[in-house]
Amino acid sequence: MAIRLGDPDGPAMDLFRSEEMTLVQLIIPVESAHETITNLGDLGLLQFKDLNADKSPFQRTYAHQVKRCAEMARKLRFFKDQMEKAGISAAARSTVQKDMELDELEVKLGDLETELLEINSSSDRLLRSYSELLEFQLVLKKAGIFFSHGRSHASTYQRELEDPSSFSKDIPMDIPLLLEQEMQTDISKQARLGFITGLIPKTKVTLFERTLFRATRGNLFFKQALVEEPVLDPATTEKVDKLVFVVFFSGERARMKVMKICEAFGANKYPFPEEVSQQAQMINEVSERVAELKATIDAGNRHRDSMLSMISHQFEHWNLMVRKQKAVYHTLNMLNIDVTRKCLVAEGWCPVSAKLQIQDALHQAAFDSNSQVATIFQVLHTKESPPTYFKTNKFTGAYQEIVDAYGIAKYQEANPGVFTIITFPFLFAVMFGDWGHGICLLVAVLWLIFNEKKYGSQKLGDIMGMAFSGRYVILLMAIFSIYTGLIYNEFFSRSFPIFGSSAYQCSDSSCSQSSTTGLIKTQSSPYWFGVDPVWHGSSTELPFLNSMKMKMSILLGVAQMNLGIALSYFNAKFFANELDVWYQFIPQVIFLNALFGYLSLLIIIKWCTGARADLYHVMIYMFLSPTADLGENQLFWGQKYFQILLLLAALVAVPWMLLPKPLILRKRQHEKLQGRMYGILGSSDSESVDQDHGIDPDHEEFDFGEVLVHQMIHTIEFVLGAVSNTASYLRLWALSLAHSELSAVFYDKVLLLALGYNNIVITIIGFVVFANATIGVLLCMETLSAFLHALRLHWVEFQGKFYQGDGYKFKPFSFSSIAKDED
Amino acid sequence: MYGFEALTFNIHGGYLEAIVRGHRGGLLTAVDYNNLCQCETLDDIKMHLSATEYGPYLQNEPSPLRTTTIVEKCTQKLVDEYKHMLAQATEPLSTFLEYITYGHMIDNIVLIVTGTLHERDVHELLEKCHPLGMFESIATLAVAQNMRELYRLVLIDTPLAPYFSECITSEDLDEMNIEIMRNTLYKAYLEDFYKFCKKLGGATSEIMCDLLAFEADRRAVNITINSIGTELTRDDRRKLFSSFGQLYPYGHEELAVCEDFDQVRGVMEKYPTYQSIFAKLSYGESQMLDKAFYEDEVKRLCLAFEQQFHYAVFFSYVRLREQEIRNLMWISECVAQNQKSRIHDGIVFIF
Repeated sequence: MAIRLGDPDGPAMDLFRSEEMTLVQLIIPVESAHETITNLGDLGLLQFKDLNADKSPFQRTYAHQVKRCAEMARKLRFFKDQMEKAGISAAARSTVQKDMELDELEVKLGDLETELLEINSSSDRLLRSYSELLEFQLVLKKAGIFFSHGRSHASTYQRELEDPSSFSKDIPMDIPLLLEQEMQTDISKQARLGFITGLIPKTKVTLFERTLFRATRGNLFFKQALVEEPVLDPATTEKVDKLVFVVFFSGERARMKVMKICEAFGANKYPFPEEVSQQAQMINEVSERVAELKATIDAGNRHRDSMLSMISHQFEHWNLMVRKQKAVYHTLNMLNIDVTRKCLVAEGWCPVSAKLQIQDALHQAAFDSNSQVATIFQVLHTKESPPTYFKTNKFTGAYQEIVDAYGIAKYQEANPGVFTIITFPFLFAVMFGDWGHGICLLVAVLWLIFNEKKYGSQKLGDIMGMAFSGRYVILLMAIFSIYTGLIYNEFFSRSFPIFGSSAYQCSDSSCSQSSTTGLIKTQSSPYWFGVDPVWHGSSTELPFLNSMKMKMSILLGVAQMNLGIALSYFNAKFFANELDVWYQFIPQVIFLNALFGYLSLLIIIKWCTGARADLYHVMIYMFLSPTADLGENQLFWGQKYFQILLLLAALVAVPWMLLPKPLILRKRQHEKLQGRMYGILGSSDSESVDQDHGIDPDHEEFDFGEVLVHQMIHTIEFVLGAVSNTASYLRLWALSLAHSELSAVFYDKVLLLALGYNNIVITIIGFVVFANATIGVLLCMETLSAFLHALRLHWVEFQGKFYQGDGYKFKPFSFSSIAKDED
Repeated sequence: MYGFEALTFNIHGGYLEAIVRGHRGGLLTAVDYNNLCQCETLDDIKMHLSATEYGPYLQNEPSPLRTTTIVEKCTQKLVDEYKHMLAQATEPLSTFLEYITYGHMIDNIVLIVTGTLHERDVHELLEKCHPLGMFESIATLAVAQNMRELYRLVLIDTPLAPYFSECITSEDLDEMNIEIMRNTLYKAYLEDFYKFCKKLGGATSEIMCDLLAFEADRRAVNITINSIGTELTRDDRRKLFSSFGQLYPYGHEELAVCEDFDQVRGVMEKYPTYQSIFAKLSYGESQMLDKAFYEDEVKRLCLAFEQQFHYAVFFSYVRLREQEIRNLMWISECVAQNQKSRIHDGIVFIF
């Protein structure tokens, strides 16, 4: 397997190496260009290169068509806006109609828009006069109240004046003085007193009143009444809170001023008849007309709604069509137009495996458009780095996303995504080991997976969308945490003897309390799967579990880092880079395994033999005094000499990593320069030109200093990284400890405490709190944190060993992706 | 605390400074202008702008575009950004931001008053007002007959009220009076803004005072040139100059007595900063002066972004954006009127 992976001629590695790509050139006759691009868009396997990057958008060939599409898109947005206002939603799947031509659609959209605009403007006009009438009605009602009120007050006042005996202190203080004055003087000076009634938005009223006061120098009387409901404003046809006001003033000049101020404040003035009988008549008239207008407006709205619902059936279809057309023209704009204007030249990347499909599409397009000349399809050779394209499915896609989030793989480099599929959920589960929680997670994710079709077609929220797109990651995460949970023997922090009985038993009745001192081993074979349940709740539970998980973390870490280094070997082999194999891969393997590989070996020996050696001591004194006697920490014969050997190997590995590679590169460069000198002298001109073209771009400038510094950084990073990365894997232990402790706390301090009261209410409350804490903290937050830590272990500790991640993604021109990204 | 702005500036101003620097990144560049200059129709301009930050604002405009629509929408973007920043700002930045708009307020008042004088419709006038300089009772301006009324009725509620103390007369409004009022108000406004910036201290005062001094000097020159040959007396002219800036006080004395453009040039060339501006103009030519001043101003405004932890970036950004809108208006007008040969005369490149 390993050899075959590195072999470039081996079977297609769908996910391990990105698809083989090739740069192709299409020469498309103008008459079939549109058809061709449409077919390619349906196929979605060709990424076009922009050959007109230096031209601004409106200088390109098909700028006019793009503009037309943009205009149509604007019309569609207008329809959508109107539909939203009318509360009509576009049908999700529009009724399939015969395929319309773009021109036809353009005409149709234009007609619909003018019709809709006409309807809107006439209904706006109607609505304006309708709301004016409504306002008038309000004024008549409210101002009528002022007047009748004022009149009644005035008459009582007058009566009181006439009847001095009844002149008492309880004259209402709010008798409007000016009104009274008006009433008294209305026979003699009626001509000089005037009033204006109208409506004004509530927000402006204080300023309005103040300005009026200033303008008339206080010679006015202002009365206002709030309209309870918001009123349609005739000018903007929006609902606004308004006030009915009456202003009394004297003199013609004041009238002019008040009128102007009213106008400036956008207050709508309405005539108010003074006679009561006239008022009643007017109210009747107005309400009649309001009813009439209402009927007309309703009819207009019905007409508009029916038109909009007609549009709504087609809307999605049209929208998609316009988007497709726009995309096609955008793509056409990227093509080079020939001087003769007979054909277009396109360049683009496509997977080698898709060449046949593309050629089929081209033939089909040429046939459909009755073109005399078929499109010419040829492969170009280039030094440019091709885009990276992994054929993923819905299962592997999410894992590839995890890798891509760090960086897109370089063209055809080893893809860590393959391993991530298993290692990622597994490392997650090491931190999230509890089979109870695992089952909860599994149930939730199975719900998502079984309703995949339903959720896939609709738009989900931010968090929900994230969970949905990563559903297969979560599925494996859940399954693995059930597995590790069984190993840790934890079910909501409880342990059960599922796999047979415990290997230990109490020697006497006093040992049942949390301690293992009274336990004796009764069975010769250990508990056969995972942690013996007897550890649970004992006083040595933590030391035992910590020691186990810590060692396990180191073993997992060293294994994963070795895998990373091994992948760097496959990369070097694949790209035929012997230097990297000999002067990078080999010393790295030696260095890592001489130190931490040895530690892993010690751990395994200790587990197998049950020795009591102190591994910290062994590791530390291996550096401090390698020649000292190991004493009781000796695990196997010749350990001391073996350690010295390892230490020397590690020490040698560092300069081995650092020096040879840059030196050899420099030597090669020298040879090349000398060789070329001879070459130019000896060979013919054409060859030397070839050589110039062939070699120069690769090694434009060789700067030894830069290469050395780069190698130095690389070496230091690896040497220090070996220590810090190994330590970093201890997060597996730390998080798993935190998880089990947290769940133990919730179980003991909430659920058991509540049960202890023997009270049904407290039990219920306790259970609710426990359930919420379990879901909120353990299932959501802990999942997130374990996910993040697993992510870091993959990105930094694992991928850092081999992954370049400086490629760019293959983005084919495809209609399906256009349909997906709704704005 | 001078010199220690870095310590505390970001507590209140950090977010907005980041925002404004982000906005500045969206200003059109020379490449954009070059592309815009090649446009054949207004639709081309729209198409090009749709790839810039103006895109969402122009997106929904139906196709036969007019220059005013483009300008209006572009201004709308500036106003939206300004309002967002104002809403987020705390003292004293919010006051500073408000100060920026007073200039527009003065212009709007003058616009409405002049318009009313010529009996134009108020609503039509309101549409022409700069949206940054709007205040609530602006429409009431049409009621006023003389300065006193103008002040008593409307302006007393606006922040411009204190500036009015110098020009309250009972004289009826006429063109000359209004123009004097504009300049008096502007003078008072600039002096107040200058004082405010001085009070803020630190890099803000350093940069803003420099920018305002330039503004004051430019106004002094413009007042002088525009008042040549009018009935404005020398003393009155002298009174309209702001009492700070490089020209203050000796330059003002000399400008006050100038009678033609070449005399103005003679005065200005004594100042090294302005010498370079006037050196670009040939003798007797005053048309290009505005552009030369604008170019110099843009340079200064751009430099304001070189320093951090001060408020001048907000002022500079608003001014640069306004310059950009002026450029767009010029380009659109040239394109609309088929005057493409003159297109480069009016553009002031920002970067």
